[in-house]
Formats: sequence, structure tokens, C-alpha cells
Amino acid sequence: MPSLQEMAKKEGAFAGGHRMCAGCPVPIFTKMLTRVTDGYEIVAGNATCCLEVASSIFPYSAWKIPWIHTAFENVGASMSGVETMYRALKKRGKITKPYKFIAIGGDGGTYDIGLQSLSGAMERGHDLVYICYDNGAYMNTGVQRSSATPMGATTTTTPMGEQSYGRQGNRKDLSRIMVAHNIGYVAQASIHDPVDLSEKLKKAIELDGPAFINLLSPCIPGWKIAPDMAVELARLGVETKYWPLYEVIDGEYKINYTPKKEVPVTEWMFLQGRFKHLNKPEYSDVVDAFQKDVERNWNWIVRQAASVELLSAEVN
Amino acid sequence: MSKVLAITGAGAMSEGMRQINPDVVPAFPITPSTQVIEDFSQFVADGKVDTEMITVESEHSAMSACIGAAAAGGRVMTATSSAGMALMWEMLYIASSMRQPVVMTLINRALSAPINIHADHSDSMGARDAGWIQLYAENNQEAYDNLIMAPKIAEKMDVRLPVMVCMDGFIISHCVQTMQLEDDDKVKKFIGGFESTYPVLDTENPSTWGALDLQDYYIEHKRAQHIAMKNAKDAIKKVSEEFADIFGRKYELFESYRIDDAERVIIAINSVCGEIKEVIDERREAGDKVGLLKIRSFRPFPYEEIAAALERVKIVTVLDRSESMGAYGPLFTEIRTALFDAPEKPMVYNRIFGLGGRELFMSDIHDIFEENKTYLETGKVEKMFDYLKVRGG
Repeated sequence: MPSLQEMAKKEGAFAGGHRMCAGCPVPIFTKMLTRVTDGYEIVAGNATCCLEVASSIFPYSAWKIPWIHTAFENVGASMSGVETMYRALKKRGKITKPYKFIAIGGDGGTYDIGLQSLSGAMERGHDLVYICYDNGAYMNTGVQRSSATPMGATTTTTPMGEQSYGRQGNRKDLSRIMVAHNIGYVAQASIHDPVDLSEKLKKAIELDGPAFINLLSPCIPGWKIAPDMAVELARLGVETKYWPLYEVIDGEYKINYTPKKEVPVTEWMFLQGRFKHLNKPEYSDVVDAFQKDVERNWNWIVRQAASVELLSAEVN
Repeated sequence: MSKVLAITGAGAMSEGMRQINPDVVPAFPITPSTQVIEDFSQFVADGKVDTEMITVESEHSAMSACIGAAAAGGRVMTATSSAGMALMWEMLYIASSMRQPVVMTLINRALSAPINIHADHSDSMGARDAGWIQLYAENNQEAYDNLIMAPKIAEKMDVRLPVMVCMDGFIISHCVQTMQLEDDDKVKKFIGGFESTYPVLDTENPSTWGALDLQDYYIEHKRAQHIAMKNAKDAIKKVSEEFADIFGRKYELFESYRIDDAERVIIAINSVCGEIKEVIDERREAGDKVGLLKIRSFRPFPYEEIAAALERVKIVTVLDRSESMGAYGPLFTEIRTALFDAPEKPMVYNRIFGLGGRELFMSDIHDIFEENKTYLETGKVEKMFDYLKVRGG
């Protein structure tokens, strides 16, 4: 694995001058796409999302690699087409270089409207890395709730009000759904940890077959945070165990980072404007439920990883 | 070698696809187009083609994968019907707007609700503004011939638009007819290789596909599509001439059947035209000057050519096998537009028939010719719009 300094010297996939919000951390990973591996031609596809609209306003493009966008709910399918054409042309001797394919979507385009085409692409076994940058709502259309929106967040379609504390119920765990596809690689990563992220990208790209990376990516306007807070909020998301960093290789769980001390999830929540209304005694039950869900989720992952260790100990 | 064989319409399409041997075929099953994909899957399994198939999880994904694969830089085909194409709706527009020369067999079937699996044209007529070239066929032979011509039309550099090759569900797709299957090598030679434009699979010249296009450019891109569709008219004519030179069967943008001296003409699309021709032959023997104008290319629509063909006709009955609720049938609307500038306009009226697969028999077609005879004699179109063969009508 090249160091970050070495990686920075390589040609990036994504040019400056794009129109992402100031402080948006999404370009951290788009710049990495061509920097983590050697020897592959990289092609990217995008679902309709913030990244798509802000990187491709005609006649300009921030993309220095071939890039295709067709619609919101289908990057799994459109990139299945691109990847399959590659195999067809390679078989017929019309292409000789080795290609790798990346599909990118936000949580709305991945957890919700694009879930079917993602599932199809993974199940069929395309050699495709799907990266979901999860910012927890439909940010591109103005912060509407998605199935990735955490409990209690105020969004424009789950606004807090006299009769509501915001988004009701728990978010969907898409990473687990992807594990259930029995693909070779599933990982959760965070935008604040470029070393971990680049290693995961490298593994996913070099794998021969489908891979899925769920990437925590704070949103400046959607989370109602200052433009210099995205990386810090991603870090705290991991430290509070809201967003565990783990990978599942051939079905086996491995935790990549265990926080050194217990940090209550409120330390993450109350830095964000979308949760600020919950910082009152009358909402302590919502906050408690949130904390419990975080613990339940973390413990579940710990148990999966522990059972892997137990099994391998038995084998040895 | 070229051979005459008995085959279903769907089977004819899969044979055509076998001969074309496209690079990629993404497909999803839906009645009555299923056989096209089943047969083709067997060709793949038997090594008769080396196409890569993508057995997608929906038609929306089928067309999405078609667009991705075509943009990647190769020849792409698929097949669908009815609700399947309705689910593709968004992607139909994106395929044509991204100028991908995808070729799709559309076995025409009614749209739900009520759910119905039989022939009408509500699927393709609803998609008439989607920017696809639409070719229609009376029988297996014509559908097969259209399919063989479709890639050449779609891939012309001044066209680069997708083509929908349509035929009636069950009536044609599932009925065995004899037809001429041309020699594999001759077909391959006729179609030639695929020439890609700005393929996604070219990292040395990286292209951005599907950019956000706002007020400052969008309308120019739309106009470019309009011009491409106009060019498609010449492309269809030219490819049809090349086809006739090699394979002997001649096609125009529409077929004029005994209309040179006809006074009364029916205009229709697809399989019903076979029966209309039979009726015309019967009536001609009795000296009745009747004829048929059968649409082959609905998009692009040959307005001027149709107006010229109907120059001496006195009355026209337009048969629509689909509905545009609250308006006239889509074919009628085009025909009346075509005739508006004609120096001597024929009388023209609209009949809806055959929705959900209801048969129109030869006796019913005789009735149409009797009715338009009365209209012509009285000089008055009694009913501008009506349903044929409907209870309570």
C-alpha cells in the first residue's frame, strides 16, 4: 500500500473547480479512485446525486477518468452494462487493458430508490465496486429523509414540530443487507480516515467480483454544521460507535477500529443542528433509544467478529 | 444458406439476434416477448453466439444496462412488451437522448389495468415522444427484416438513435408463419461492424456521459435529437434500398396497397393489415376501389409522403389500436396533420379497435368499407370517432 504522500503524487480522478459545497468531504474519496491501485484502468459511474450534479455541469466536467451517469435509481444496472461490455469486448479481442469499475451513489440512490439495481448488480457478480457515500438524507434535493436518516434527525420531510421530534424509528442497515448478498467484500469506512479508506478501496478494486463500501460522509447543510466540521463529525461518528469501521471478507467480519474509550453518542449528535432539538429533558427517551440502538448494532458486529475468531481458533 | 422456414414471430426475432450476434443483451422476461430472450439464451448456452447476456432484475435495469453497455462502446439489443416497456419509460428517453443506437424488439401488448396480455399498441404509442425510431410489421418476415435493418439505421453517424422493432403480441409473436431466413454470413456482412463514438471504455480519451445540462445548453441538445430523427427518415429509406438490393424484399416508410386508383382507404398498423389486404382483394374483384396504407415508420413520421400518396383518395378510415383518452387516436392525429396542407383533402375519420387483443374479422373490415362508402356517398362523416366491436357502443 502506498503512503498517503506517495498517493498524493499520482494523478487523481477528480479535478478541482467542481461545485461541491465548501467543506464537503465527498471529493476526498473521488480523488482517491485512481491513486490506490496500479495497473488498472478505472471507470466510474454515478447515480444522480450531489456529486453527479456538482461535478458535471455541461460543458465542464471534474472527471479525469471515463464517467457515466444515466439516472437516480440505476447506477448498479448502468454500470453492469458498462462492465459487461468490457467483458464482451475483451473476449472478442477488442480491448486488452485491464479495467475496473466503480459505481457511486448517495444513500437515497442506494438505500432507497437504487436498492433493487444495486442488489441485482451484486447478485449477478459483476466486477464492480459500489461506493455509497452515506450522508443520511436526500441532500441534493434539500435534506429529505431517506431510510439512512438516523432516528430523531430533523429533515424537510420529517421536520421537528410540536407533534414530532423528527425522523421516527431506526435507520436501515444497508451494510448487513449487502453482506447477505454473499459477495466477497463489504466494508464500512469513514471519510475521516484516509488510510483505512484507501486500504479498503484497494481491496475492493483488486477483488475479482462485486464489492460494496458504505462510507460515512457528513453533509454541511444537511447536518447543519460548519464547513470545517465534516471530518471531525465523521471521526466522532466512529468514536461513538454510531458508524463502526469493519469489513466482511467472504462472509467473515473483522472490526478495523475499536474506540479506546466509551464516548456517548450525544457527543456526536449535539454538534449537529439536525439533532439539536433533542437536547432537552423531554427527549431523553429518544436519545436513550438512539444510544441503545448504537450499542446493539456495535455488539452485533462484535459478536460476528468474535465468532470468526472462535471458529478459526477451533480450526487451529 | 438462406432458407424458408415455419417459425413464430418471436422465434424470428431471436434468429435475427443470433445472426447479428450483438456484444451485450440485457433482458428481463415479460409475456409475450419472453420467447425472444429464451431462444437467445439457448443460443448463448449452445455457443451459437458469443454475446454476453445480463439477466437483469427489472426492465428498468434492462434499459439502464443497455445504455451503459452501448455507451461503453458496442452493439446492444433487448426485447420487451407492455408493462416492461412502461417500467423502462424513464430510460427510453435517456437512451435516445444519450444517442445510443440500442435495438429493441417490442412485442406490442396492452397496458394494465385491467391486466391483459394480448395485442394492442398502447405500449409503443405511449412512447412515441421518447425519441426512438419506431418500425412496425405486418408479419414475421417484416419483423425479421426490420430487425436486420435496425442496427444499420440506428448506427448511422447522422442518426445514432435507438430503434424499436414492433410486432403484435401473440397474433404475430406466437403464430407460426413461413418466412425467408437469410444466410447468416450475408446478414452479418450486410450489418457490418459496430463503430463506437466516444466510448466509456477509453481511458486515454476520458469522456463524461450524462452531464447536467441546464438552460444554456439543454434545448440545443434536444434540437440535435430532432435533426437526427429527421435524418433517420433518409437512413430508413437508404438502408431499405440496400436491403432490397441484397435480399430482394422492398420496403418503404409505409406500404401502399392498391391505393393508386383507390377512392376509399384504410390506414392501419401491424397485423390487422394482413386481413385488410384480403378484404381489399375480395372487394377489388367486385370492382370496389378500395386500398390500404400500412404504416411502417411511425417515428419518424412520413407526413409529406403520406399526403402525396393520398392525393387522389376521397375518404380515409384511420384505425388506431390504442387510445389517447380525451383525444383522437395517435395515428389519426398524425394522418390528419399530414393532410392539413393537401390541396384536396380527403374526408378522414377515426376508429379505435382491438384493444387488449380483441379480434377484427374480415367481416368487420367489410363493414368498415361499407361505412366509409356511405360516408362518401352522403358526403358526411356521421361519427368522427368511435370504437369498433365494443359492447354498449
